[in-house]
Amino acid sequence: MSLTFTLDGKSIPFAEGQTIIQAAQAAGVFIPHLCYHPEFKPHGSCKLCTVKVNGRHTASCTMRAAAGMVVESETEEINAERRALTQMLFVEGNHFCPSCEQSGNCQLQATAYHLGMMSPHYDHFFPNRAVDASHPDFLLDFNRCILCSLCVRASRDVDGKNVFALSGRGIKTHLIVNARSGQLGDTDFTPADKAAQVCPVGVILRKRRGFAVPIGERQYDKAPISETANDNC
Amino acid sequence: MTYQLETAQHPETLRRVAIDPVSRVEGHGKVTILLDDQNKVHQVRLHIVEFRGFEKFIQGRPYWEVPVMVQRLCGICPVSHHLAASKALDVIVGARALTPTAEKLRRLMHYGQMLQSHALHFFHLCSPDLLFGFDSDVTRRNIVGVAAAHPETAKRGVLLRKFGQEVIRVTAGKRVHGTGSVPGGVNKALTIAERDELLKDIYHVIQWSRDAVHLIQKVHTQDPGLYNSFGIFRSNFMSLVGHNGDLDFYHGTLRARDDNGKIIFDGVDYQHYDKHIEEEVRPWSYMKFPFFKAIGKEHGWYKVGPLARVQNCNQISTPFAEHERKEFVDYAGGSPMHAPLAYHWTRMIEMLHAAETIKDLLHDDDLLGDQLMAEGERKMEGVGVIEAPRGTLFHHYRVDENDLITMANLIVSTTNNNQAMNEAIRHVARRYLHGREVTEGLLNHIEVAIRAFDPCLSCATHALGKMPLEVELVDPEGQVVHALSRS
Repeated sequence: MSLTFTLDGKSIPFAEGQTIIQAAQAAGVFIPHLCYHPEFKPHGSCKLCTVKVNGRHTASCTMRAAAGMVVESETEEINAERRALTQMLFVEGNHFCPSCEQSGNCQLQATAYHLGMMSPHYDHFFPNRAVDASHPDFLLDFNRCILCSLCVRASRDVDGKNVFALSGRGIKTHLIVNARSGQLGDTDFTPADKAAQVCPVGVILRKRRGFAVPIGERQYDKAPISETANDNC
Repeated sequence: MTYQLETAQHPETLRRVAIDPVSRVEGHGKVTILLDDQNKVHQVRLHIVEFRGFEKFIQGRPYWEVPVMVQRLCGICPVSHHLAASKALDVIVGARALTPTAEKLRRLMHYGQMLQSHALHFFHLCSPDLLFGFDSDVTRRNIVGVAAAHPETAKRGVLLRKFGQEVIRVTAGKRVHGTGSVPGGVNKALTIAERDELLKDIYHVIQWSRDAVHLIQKVHTQDPGLYNSFGIFRSNFMSLVGHNGDLDFYHGTLRARDDNGKIIFDGVDYQHYDKHIEEEVRPWSYMKFPFFKAIGKEHGWYKVGPLARVQNCNQISTPFAEHERKEFVDYAGGSPMHAPLAYHWTRMIEMLHAAETIKDLLHDDDLLGDQLMAEGERKMEGVGVIEAPRGTLFHHYRVDENDLITMANLIVSTTNNNQAMNEAIRHVARRYLHGREVTEGLLNHIEVAIRAFDPCLSCATHALGKMPLEVELVDPEGQVVHALSRS
C-alpha cells in the first residue's frame, strides 16, 4: 500500500525519507521556495516553503512527509506570510529589477509575481554593497544576495572548492569570497563550477552576456514559476 | 546674441512671477519672471530644477547594464538613450560596424520612436495651442478639447503614436524601456508575423503623416505675422548628418552652421565631440549650457532638434518628406528659418520621413536575419551620438579593465537647447508681457514658446487635461498681491 499525505486537499504519494517539498514536486505541485534546490541538502533558511502541517508552521524542505499528514500551502494566510518574507528580502538588498539583467530569469522576482507582491511595503535599507568584477569571466553583484547559500553549498559539496561562505550573524550576515584579498579573481572559480550555475537571483553573473535573451524568451516570460520551478529545481 | 534679461540689476526691488511647473512638457521645470511696478520685464529664466544624477550612479556598474539602465532617464523617448548608450558601448566592444541586420533593427526601433514621440508632442501636447489659440479657453485647451472639436485629428494622433509604440515593442521587447539593443548588436530579429502586422498599417501611417505636415503648414502659413516672429531669435544650429548629407536620425557626422547657414564645422567624427563642444555651468539651473568652443560661450550657443536638422541636411532620402522639406525651404526664402514655431512644421516633416523609412525597412529582408552581433578589439572609451526626437544626444563612457564604468558624460538634447529656450521666452516676455497685467493666457504664451522645442525635462508630467500651474505676484516685502492657480 502506497504512502500518502494530503496537500491542500489533494492526495500526494511519497517514498519513505522524502520531504514534503520533494514529494510535492514529484507530484507536480508547486510550493514557493528560494533556498531549496533538489541537488543539495536543505538549508531551511528562506522560509518561503513554509506550510502548515496539522495546523503548525514548518519548512516543507526540512520536514519529512508522513502518512496521513494534512498539509496546507496555497492558503491566503500562508501566502500573506510568504509575501511579507519576500518583501523583506527585497528591501534588505538593492533589487532594481528595471535594470537587472536577471529580470525575467530571477527566481526572487518570479516568486514575488506568484505571490502577488505589488510593492516592497517596508522601508528600503539601501545597503552599501560593492560589486566584485575582479574575475575575468564573472561578476559578483552582492546587492542582490538573498543569503540562500546555494553557491556556498554548490562550491563546497559539488565543486569541492569552498569559494563562497556566509559571514557575520543575524542582519549582518553577508556573502564572502574565500580569498585573502576577498576577490573572486583570486580564487580558482571557473565557469564549469556548479556554483556558477545555481544563483537564483542576480549575484553570480557571467560577464558580457547581460540582456542577450530578448523579452518574451526569458524563463519566466514563457510560464510562471509555479509551472516551471519543478522542472529545474 | 547677448544674454539680455538673464540677470536683473536690482532683483530685490522687483516682483517675481513663477510658472511652476511648466505644463505639457516632459519633466519638471519652472519659469521665473521679475517685473517692476509698471509690469516691465527685467529678468526671465527657464530653470530646470530636477537633479537626476545618472552620470554618477552608473559609475561602478558593468557596462552591458548601461543601455537598459540609462533609458530610465525618460519615459517618452527612452529608445534614444538605449541606443546612444549602445552606440558608445559598440565602440568599447570593438563593434564599430554592426551586422546589417542589427543596424537596420536598431534603425527601425529608433524611427518608430521618432514617429511616436513626434506624434505625442504635436497632437497631445501642442495641438490645443495651435488649433484653439494661445490664450483660448483654458478648460478646452487640452487633448480632450481637441478630441471634442477635431475628433479625426485627435484619433489619428493616438493611432500614429500607437503604431510607433508597436514598432518599438517588436524590436525592443516592450513599448517602453525594452532591452533589444545590446553592446555590439541586438538580441532579436523581426519575425515574419511581426513584420507583416506592421506592414498592414504603414501606408495609413504615411498618409496621416502627410496630412499632419499639411495641417501645420496651413496653420503656419495662414498667420505668418505670428508664426514667423513669435519668440524669434537667431542662433547657430547643429545636428548629425548622414551619408551625402542626408537627414539621418541614427548615425552620421556632426555638422554645425551659423545663423546665416554658413558651415562652422562639418564631417566631425563624434568620438571627438569634446574638441568642439564645451558645457558651462550657471548657478541658477541644474541644466548646463553647451557652446561651440571655436566661437566661445557668449556667441557659441546653438539650437538642435527638427528645425536644426531639416535645415542642416542636404536632402531627405524619402520622396514625400523631401518634397515637404523643399516646400519649407522655399517658404523660408533661401536663408535659415529661426522662428521657434517652425519647429512644429519641421517636426511633422520628420515624422513623415520616419514613417517612410519604416516602410522601406519593413520591405528589407535583412530585418529577418540571424546575424545579430559583432565584436572586435576591446577599447576603454567610447562615444555614442544619436538624433533623438528633441535633438542631438551624446553619451560618453569610460570602462575599466574589469568591465566597470568609470566615467559617464551625457549631453541630452534639451541641454543643447538650453540657451535657445531661454532666448525664446525672453523674447516672448518682452513682446507680450512687458507693461501688461499678467493673465493665465499671457503666461501660456511663455509655455507655448518652450513647448515648441519639445523639451524633455526628464519624465512626463503632462497630466491629461489638468495642466497644473500656479502663478503668484509677490511684492518686494514678500506679500502675495495676486495669485492664479489651476489644477
